[in-house]
Amino acid sequence: MASNVTRERTKMVPLPSDSIVPERDVNKRPVLEARHLGIDFGGLTAVDEFNLAIGPTEIAGLIGPNGAGKTTVFNLLTNVYKPTRGTVILNGKDTKGMRIDQVNRAGIARTFQNIRLFTDLTVEENVRIGLHNEIKCNMFSGILRLPSHWRTEKEFHDRSMELLKIFDMEYLADVKAGALPYGAQRRLEIVRALATNPSLLLLDEPAAGMNPSETAELMENIRKIRDQFQIAIMLIEHDMSLVMGICEGIAVLNYGKIIAKGTPEEIQNNPQVIEAYLGKQGED
Amino acid sequence: MKNIKGKKLRSNMITYLIVIIAFVIIQGLSSGGILTNNIKGMLVPICAYICMAISLNLTVGILGELSLGHAGFMSVGAFTGVVVTLCLETSVSSGPLRLLIAIVCGAITAAIAGVIIGIPVLRLQGDYLAIVTLAFGEIIKNILNNTYIGLDETGLHFSMKDMNALQAAGGKVLLNGPMGAIGVTKLSTFAAGFILVLVVLTVALNLINSRTGRAVMAIRDNRIAAEATGINITKYKLMAFVTSASLAGMAGALYALNYSTIVPKKFDFNTSILILVFVVLGGIGNIRGSIIAAAILTILPEMLRAFSNYRMLIYAIVLILVMLGTNNPLLKRKIGEFREKIGLSRKAIDMTTEGGDRDGK
Amino acid sequence: MNLLTYLINGISLGSVYAIIALGYTMVYGIAKMLNFAHGDVIMVGGYICFITMNYLHMPGIAGVLLAVVVCTILGIVIEKLAYKPLRQATSLAVLITAIGVSYFLQNAALLIFKADPKVFTSVVNIPSIKLFDGQLVISGVTLVTIAANIIIMVCLTAFTSKTKMGKAMRAVSEDKGAAQLMGIDVNRTISVTFAIGSGLAAIAGVLLCSAYPTLMPTTGSMPGIKAFVAAVLGGIGSIPGAMLGGILLGIIEIFAKAYISTQLSDAIVFAVLIIVLLIRPAGLLGKKISEKV
Repeated sequence: MASNVTRERTKMVPLPSDSIVPERDVNKRPVLEARHLGIDFGGLTAVDEFNLAIGPTEIAGLIGPNGAGKTTVFNLLTNVYKPTRGTVILNGKDTKGMRIDQVNRAGIARTFQNIRLFTDLTVEENVRIGLHNEIKCNMFSGILRLPSHWRTEKEFHDRSMELLKIFDMEYLADVKAGALPYGAQRRLEIVRALATNPSLLLLDEPAAGMNPSETAELMENIRKIRDQFQIAIMLIEHDMSLVMGICEGIAVLNYGKIIAKGTPEEIQNNPQVIEAYLGKQGED
Repeated sequence: MKNIKGKKLRSNMITYLIVIIAFVIIQGLSSGGILTNNIKGMLVPICAYICMAISLNLTVGILGELSLGHAGFMSVGAFTGVVVTLCLETSVSSGPLRLLIAIVCGAITAAIAGVIIGIPVLRLQGDYLAIVTLAFGEIIKNILNNTYIGLDETGLHFSMKDMNALQAAGGKVLLNGPMGAIGVTKLSTFAAGFILVLVVLTVALNLINSRTGRAVMAIRDNRIAAEATGINITKYKLMAFVTSASLAGMAGALYALNYSTIVPKKFDFNTSILILVFVVLGGIGNIRGSIIAAAILTILPEMLRAFSNYRMLIYAIVLILVMLGTNNPLLKRKIGEFREKIGLSRKAIDMTTEGGDRDGK
Repeated sequence: MNLLTYLINGISLGSVYAIIALGYTMVYGIAKMLNFAHGDVIMVGGYICFITMNYLHMPGIAGVLLAVVVCTILGIVIEKLAYKPLRQATSLAVLITAIGVSYFLQNAALLIFKADPKVFTSVVNIPSIKLFDGQLVISGVTLVTIAANIIIMVCLTAFTSKTKMGKAMRAVSEDKGAAQLMGIDVNRTISVTFAIGSGLAAIAGVLLCSAYPTLMPTTGSMPGIKAFVAAVLGGIGSIPGAMLGGILLGIIEIFAKAYISTQLSDAIVFAVLIIVLLIRPAGLLGKKISEKV
């Protein structure tokens, strides 16, 4: 009931005027809305007045210089950090007070800047853990090897393989995740996140450490994932070719505050952004 | 694809086979009159310690948390078992049935203790968690040391003061504080121990290779990633911990019912450490290793009997040398290569040899 | 008046715990290992002092000095032989080795001194002080223990903050790799830490045996565990924490014995630890290090 009420409320509130939601998503309820979001660490404001709406099939970018607070925003959206101020509304539901795993079940999946895989488990098992809440089977059924155990194990296997196919990684299924090369680890993290059936996928520097051809391939795949799963994707990235290439809307963060929002063209021509961010790039 | 499943399955089958073959051989030796009485007397404790080692390996290896108070759960199971059998002495005449009831009750009370202890303990991390398990182990011992239970026509009587407080007319003393339980009928047999080992082993292996087990191992490998992947870490940590505790409770009941007298002091910090030694020497997360280490290390002091007073000293030296030896980088590599060659290694499934070497925290 | 007596006894017992806990906490801070053999070094110190006084017929002070020297050397030797080869190994491997060392010391003592308890003559022959017309009696041992604790605390604080070696210790405990890059000899620093810890354990052993005059091969176990608890209570790795934790633990134990139950006093002590850790997961003075996401 409570969720219905919030849903009504969010429908009535118009999107912020500076909203960057793409045309096709404008009249739909945004998958995520952050309002006046902020956090202080011991008196120091790390993020402040973060307002953003993401359309249900949008690819959004979050950029900004090092230390601008981009990863902190991801941590706020997923409740890894408890926001000091503001609200996050995910699919019409306020995520306040949810545990990290509840936020995931409510619809946000993410990857990490410093890769966090289950290194001692195989690639397939990593994906199976992503499917944990999708395919249920209780502990006793597992211990007693009841038929439901075998049925779900097969389902786990089939679905994992299907997901690994996105990045053509089926042949790596039995390799331990910790033994994978760097690029494959990043891709596996994305597959694992997708397995949780999110409505919003947060990617924290997905192209870090990749070479240009790998990055180009990743770009294709991100688009493919959006089209295939019809989900929203938000990414933090330093590779401007990737950001400008696939993002429909971009928010620029500097010193914890959004200094600009807009389409890639708008961002590229925004004097403030050039000064804070691209200007710095021009120097090196 | 089938390959890895096959390997896992084969590895588990080998473990079951080792246990069964060992049982058959020992039964044969025993009926052939080759075993000394000393060794015969150790068969049930060995089974109990094997169960304890498997149980602790679930906590240390699979859940990835160090427990220094596992003997506490063993003692909860042990004294539950003793009290239950003493109560049922007249109403249930069949010994094996009473043993079964005792073991089941031991598992249940230990599981309850696991929930009570697990909820606060599992909120902590690393060495702090370890020290709190130590503290709980000592608290359990201390409380059992001051628990007096008596039985008469009106039912069970409990006291935390002394026996006099509950000495009802003509009642029977079941648990006499630091003196423990006296006059227990020995119900445990080697066959019962063997069956219990098989049960505990099956529970452990099936748990590890199930949806629940994977979730627990995911938390061990990366807590934050597991949480962000939608796993309720509190729930799964507690599930693993309570399962581990209840297996320890079963082992405790088996152990206690092998003696006519059993005192709470038996299950102190040193016993917890002893079991941890089995787990570490057998290989953390390696269930088969735990079984072998528990069996060998329980017999070892007996084997060293020839050295009389020096045997515990030698045991200590062996322990130190084994730790130094197995952690010597050069030797470690050599052993790895050797295992690789004969295809024993669980790391053989790795594409690279260095990945996934996780021997602790 | 009873209350005051218990309080003073508690502080005295707590001082012994604090001195042992210092060894635990320093070694943990620097080597990140739980040195379970530490409690048995206390026992060795006790026996050395006992031998010097009863067989060599030397005065108590000579016994104390000899115990400190022997235990310091013992600490260095244990570290060199058993722990140093495991510098790269997992913490659990080191923990088990420490337990092996503990078994070794206990069983060696059992072989040499046998299991029967020895009656330890106090090294302190200062008369008791009577206050308030004899209503409050403070024994010499109590006074010496508390004084020793204060002196050790002051010296250690000065050592870690003023001397070069002390600063090196703090650097190594913060970040071993970075300390090494700054030219600190990490191995030597760890050796010195073990030496100091073991020397302190010897003093604690003598004081403990003077107050509770029975000496057995297992004498060190329980005080060792309690001191470990004290170190964790105060925040393991923190020197003032060990001091605070030790004294609090001593007071709690004596009060629990006096007012609640002698038998359950240990359970109460451990319960206090659990409650403190649930409220402050890194102990009273410990720093909470949160994982960066």
